[in-house]
Amino acid sequence: MTEVTASERVSLGTDPDVPLLAVENLRVSFGGHEVVRGISFTAHPGRCLAIVGESGSGKSVTARTLVGLTGSGAHVRADRIELDGIDLTTQSERTWRAIRGRDIGFVLQDALGSLDQLRRVGDEVAEPLRVHGWGTRASRSRKAIELLGSMGVPEPAVKARQRPYELSGGLRQRALIASAIALDPKLIVADEPTTALDVTVQAQVLDLLAEAKAHGTSIILISHDLSVVARLADEVAVMRDGEVVEHGPVHQVLRRPRHAYTQALLDAIPSEHTRGTRLSRGGNVPQRSRRPVDRGRPVLEARHLTKVYRGPDRVDRTVVDDVSFELFGGETLGIVGESGSGKTTTARIALSLLAPTSGEVLLHGESWSTLPPRRRRPLRKRIGVVYQDPLNSFDPRWSVGRITIDALTMGNRPPSSRAEARERAVRLLEQVGLGDQHFDAAPLRLSGGQRQRVAIARALAPEPEVIVCDEPVSALDVSIQAQVLDLLTDLQDELGVSYLFISHDLGVIHHMSDRILVMKDGQVVESGTADDVFRRPQHPYTQRLLTALPRLVPA
Amino acid sequence: MTTAAEAADPAVPIPALSRAPSARSGVRAVRWGLVKLALAILVLVAAASVTFFAQLLVPGDRATTILNQQTGRAQLWSAADLAPVNHQFGFDRPLAVQYVDYVSGLFRGDLGTSYTQHKPVTEVIGAQIVPSLVLTVAALVTAWVLSLVVILVTVKRRRFVTAIGSTWEALTASLPPYWIGVVLLVVFAVELRVFPVIGGTGVAGTVLPVLTLALPLAGFLGQVTRDEFEKVLDQPFITTARTRGMSDTGVRLKHALRHSVLPAVTLSGWALGSLLSGAVIAENVFGRPGIGQVLVVAVNTRDVPTVSGIVLVVAGVYVIANLLVDLAYVLIDSRLRAS
Repeated sequence: MTEVTASERVSLGTDPDVPLLAVENLRVSFGGHEVVRGISFTAHPGRCLAIVGESGSGKSVTARTLVGLTGSGAHVRADRIELDGIDLTTQSERTWRAIRGRDIGFVLQDALGSLDQLRRVGDEVAEPLRVHGWGTRASRSRKAIELLGSMGVPEPAVKARQRPYELSGGLRQRALIASAIALDPKLIVADEPTTALDVTVQAQVLDLLAEAKAHGTSIILISHDLSVVARLADEVAVMRDGEVVEHGPVHQVLRRPRHAYTQALLDAIPSEHTRGTRLSRGGNVPQRSRRPVDRGRPVLEARHLTKVYRGPDRVDRTVVDDVSFELFGGETLGIVGESGSGKTTTARIALSLLAPTSGEVLLHGESWSTLPPRRRRPLRKRIGVVYQDPLNSFDPRWSVGRITIDALTMGNRPPSSRAEARERAVRLLEQVGLGDQHFDAAPLRLSGGQRQRVAIARALAPEPEVIVCDEPVSALDVSIQAQVLDLLTDLQDELGVSYLFISHDLGVIHHMSDRILVMKDGQVVESGTADDVFRRPQHPYTQRLLTALPRLVPA
Repeated sequence: MTTAAEAADPAVPIPALSRAPSARSGVRAVRWGLVKLALAILVLVAAASVTFFAQLLVPGDRATTILNQQTGRAQLWSAADLAPVNHQFGFDRPLAVQYVDYVSGLFRGDLGTSYTQHKPVTEVIGAQIVPSLVLTVAALVTAWVLSLVVILVTVKRRRFVTAIGSTWEALTASLPPYWIGVVLLVVFAVELRVFPVIGGTGVAGTVLPVLTLALPLAGFLGQVTRDEFEKVLDQPFITTARTRGMSDTGVRLKHALRHSVLPAVTLSGWALGSLLSGAVIAENVFGRPGIGQVLVVAVNTRDVPTVSGIVLVVAGVYVIANLLVDLAYVLIDSRLRAS
């Protein structure tokens, strides 16, 4: 057993030309299935290597292998994994434990799940200190407060005594990073550290990592998001199916990609530049000429919607505050905002799933939010919905075919026979890019993109005029997201359906919407055409959002 | 990714809310305690009322039953014979008065007088309650220790070890306590002579009765905890703890355990009450004094006040146990404080 001795640790280099970590020909397999197929890379002090890829590319497995936590049943082989001269391929579990948290800090995504909810934030931050025998109980808790403060957490002493669920997403992620850097490791491995964060918070977290980098820490950033990478990385490795398909300096990979897959990934990112073009299947093929928006009477109209919740402390909270909008035939109205902005509550009121405290929703000029449920039900088929995670809205025991047929029978023209039902269901599935072969499949067995297609087919089945899309692509990989967004625009051109499109992703909103509402704290702070809002933002909040937005081309 | 869902869900605590001044949360805690106490008293009064009216439904005249008990005969008595008994026990007063008297007696700690032993019921129960409570609490604690050790050692280990753990739990959970008691008695007391056959209330004599009650409960608690424990070990915060250099045992003890005990804590409230009323089996097998024995005798001799008294004691234990469970909940998971 090679113990990591103090004298060896002194040699931990700060010379950016000498690699801190060198990995050669890393292979990882689970039960004979190889998920990482011979990749090599190095990490240097004060520099950031980004490993980019979609789900299943092997990027997270690679990250975990670097701390010896590949998982049970994993078979890891490598010609070389060397951390500052220490061979990591032959270490015992005990040495690994000495390295983890002290030499390598690890930041996971989803800070809510990655912090122990039952323990105080301070204890979580101080845990690596305790595990590695640093200081006394009192000095550790002081150090935890100090670390939180250095991460820009306001009132760190108060926050240290709270539990993770009492903190906002951004503060949780800071606490997680504070814990990872507690012992000042020379290498930080960050696995999707900003996924699930709002764009302004994401920018702050990336700045923190950039600061650590400036102090000589080496960072390996794992991400699916090329624009996040652009902000922090010096070097990018693009992974697909366990292999590195392209590897080079960040500006070269993002501006002049040499591999077709990298190019396709870049093309699939929705932004202001992709409006009116297809995102998937590579190349910016112009879309068909758009069906014109029918500016007659709005199909859906919201008038002064307000929703007030009374908290357990009997204090009223206005979640939606005087929101009005009109949605015309064949139009897409985007609602963009960060968590807590009230956009989903607005959607639920628009769907009449939630009664507004005041104000009303009109469907085709008829008030529908004020109707009693019995009279509202026949109108329901005229407005459909697609959620972020359709799996929760499917009965897991129903087949795709049954889900679709069930939705067909809700419509104006219910199928009259079994054969007709099946035929129309298959036609719908084909319309969303699925087919007969998916008819008997269980939703659980489908991929995320396929599930979202089933959800769209179900929403379309009763032939609605409006579909409310609530974060419909937020859980999907960028290439799958591109396909689903393309499908939605194709269907709009074909059927003239209107979308109330809700997303936290400014790129997606800009790509999809004709007009945009920007929401903050329940209020609409800015509205207008997509180009007006994005190119000439008036409200300071919109301006701040757009500044925080990571851009592919480094400024 | 849940940004949208978080936004709409009013149940997600807003940070400002949880920073409420401690004075206010103190007031809330006191109010919570008072409500719980009032409910507990209500449950006890309800239990007392049910037993009071149930004794009226028992066939036969109460005074006749008492005289038969005293004389050892079974006959019809004349009104003159019955009158002093009726007067002594207050049966000649209106029912409403008897009821109010009984319930108000409860608040003074008076459970009435035993028909057979002619002593206050509190005295009859008081003499026997301590060994029963010792047995019950010891069995619950032992069950917890046994189940947690098995969980910590066997969940998510090599397949063989995990199988032994879950088989052990299924087996012990399904064994009848009476059978376990007899087997333990024969093996450890009669054959190996490690423990006394007739135990009494000493430490040595308590071991086998405690195990008799604890083994099935340990299997049961283990089964509900195992599922939770397995799920928790897959959580990202467990991985995070490992990336900090924590050992496997450390992660299990410091993080996973606390997250997986809530279902078993819930069951413990029920288990404590049911152990007390089920203690009679262990007490019978090992000839141990206790409330179970008293209950059996009282039921056989139709000693209604004693039976009612024991019912009330068991109900009281249930109420206290569930208060403790509520308290334990909040101590384990502070998120539940709000609800």
